[in-house]
Amino acid sequence: MGLEVDITKKLAGFELRVKFKADNDILGLLGASGSGKSMTLRCIAGIVTPDTGKIVLNGRVLFDSENKINIPIRERKVGFLFQNYALFPNMTVEQNIGFGLVKSISKVERTNKIKKKIADLQLIGMEKRYPYQLSGGQQQRVALARALVVEPEILLLDEPFSALDEYLKNSMIVQLRDDLRSFMGTSIFVTHNMEEAYQLCNNIMIITGGSIDAIGHKDAIFNNPPTLCAAELTGCKNISRARKIESNIIEAIDWGCRIVFNYKIEESITAIGIRAHYLEINENNEDINTFNCWVVFTSETLFRTKVFLKFSEPIRDEKNYNILWDISKEEWNLVKNKPLPLRIRINPEKVIQIKASVEIKRLQ
Amino acid sequence: MSEFSPLWISIKTSITATFIVFFIGIATAWYMASYKGKARGIIDGILTLPMVLPPTVVGFILLMIIGKNFPLGKLLNGFGITLIFTWVATVIAATVVAFPLMYRTCVGAFSQIDVNVINAARTLGVSEWRIFWKVVVPLAWPGIAAGTVLAFARALGEFGATIMIAGSIPGKTQTIPIAIYFAVANGETDNAIKWVILIFIISLTVMVATDKWSQKQGFLVSSARRK
Repeated sequence: MGLEVDITKKLAGFELRVKFKADNDILGLLGASGSGKSMTLRCIAGIVTPDTGKIVLNGRVLFDSENKINIPIRERKVGFLFQNYALFPNMTVEQNIGFGLVKSISKVERTNKIKKKIADLQLIGMEKRYPYQLSGGQQQRVALARALVVEPEILLLDEPFSALDEYLKNSMIVQLRDDLRSFMGTSIFVTHNMEEAYQLCNNIMIITGGSIDAIGHKDAIFNNPPTLCAAELTGCKNISRARKIESNIIEAIDWGCRIVFNYKIEESITAIGIRAHYLEINENNEDINTFNCWVVFTSETLFRTKVFLKFSEPIRDEKNYNILWDISKEEWNLVKNKPLPLRIRINPEKVIQIKASVEIKRLQ
Repeated sequence: MSEFSPLWISIKTSITATFIVFFIGIATAWYMASYKGKARGIIDGILTLPMVLPPTVVGFILLMIIGKNFPLGKLLNGFGITLIFTWVATVIAATVVAFPLMYRTCVGAFSQIDVNVINAARTLGVSEWRIFWKVVVPLAWPGIAAGTVLAFARALGEFGATIMIAGSIPGKTQTIPIAIYFAVANGETDNAIKWVILIFIISLTVMVATDKWSQKQGFLVSSARRK
């Protein structure tokens, strides 16, 4: 049981073409803005009608273009948490939560359900308040209570944290994860933020240009992004076109260096990447994967320093760098006065190998 | 015939016309707010036309539709129904000229509503009817109230179309604006002033009352929009 989606929809600029299955768990849908991730949610909910394809939820056909089935939104049993929460501003918390509870249940039962959800989501004392009297976090919990009280079969979360500040966000992610624990159905969480996806979901699907790029367990996706887009979206800042030149050696074309592995490389390799914080300084001149680097410029953040490096001289301008090194300020203070070039090691065990060939055009 | 008959005729006509326009205006506006067809511009234009045309032109067109010598008028006459130069004609004239004000204001109010709020209501399994009355109308209420007041004021002040299709029959179709015109034409300035003051009082009262009525609703709606 779960959700099966296989739809296409022509949109301005690109075509949405997604096919996936989701079981009773939280699936993260990670994509840049305009990648089609929110549109996918809207198609599942019935807010937008796909051009062709099929959507099946727990064996129930919600949409089937061949058999002309298109169940209206209100009969789909889909809970939707909007980015701005979309609470009814003219109703109190209680009325918001109870709004969907009308069909064939007694007043007592209705009141009990509302009370239970208010307690579950820590909204006791807020019953008579209007949305404008609530904080962002409280509004989100009301929206969640309102969606869950009608017992949906699937919960769709459309970037619920994008309107919040960093500080509030972290505590709310933990809160949402706890709140969702009692929900037995499928959840799909849409975001452009890899941190949010990693914290909330077990499985992650990467979407780009309207198509699914990669899908898998979050650790597989983050540790070994199978595609270029997955590497970028999971925060890999250093990517180079690459080709295999010997059984265990890869040439990084954009960096102009060769990386030696202690195992056989697959033939289909098209790009390699290394996360900015995995670069390391190495005074041992004998190491094969250690390269001369010149500092192009540096950029300070609160606790860390971003060092933009080039593998060769001369340095022309700030755009002209090869690789980004993300290092704590303390470490940087130890390194920064050393004479150039710095000896930087690319650890082959940390190198991401990208095999998908179709996307390499974007790097050039 | 009472001396105050233009007052009662005006009030009766305006209230009836406003009542009709209230429902038709909201329904049409709600339909047009989600209508995405090709004819949108034309339909929208036709619905707004009575607001921009000279009232005498509206009156002339209405005359062509319900006049005794024209098809629909003839047909109705066959059933023994005459609309022209009756109180019903004053209501028709007032309704037609007041409609665009209600319609326009409501379209504006509906388009301001966050579609996510309506979609959220739909995902909760609630009927469209309930969503419309419990969510859409309350959220659009400041606009609907403003439209209603404007429609009432326009209906109350209607002159041109009314005189063309309803005439000025004292005690039957003579409304205050028409009474003012004939009072001035006959040199009865005192009489005209009396009616002018009365129109002032009615218009102000209605506007102040509606404003009070929609204040709370307006606050909640705008509080949602500030975010």
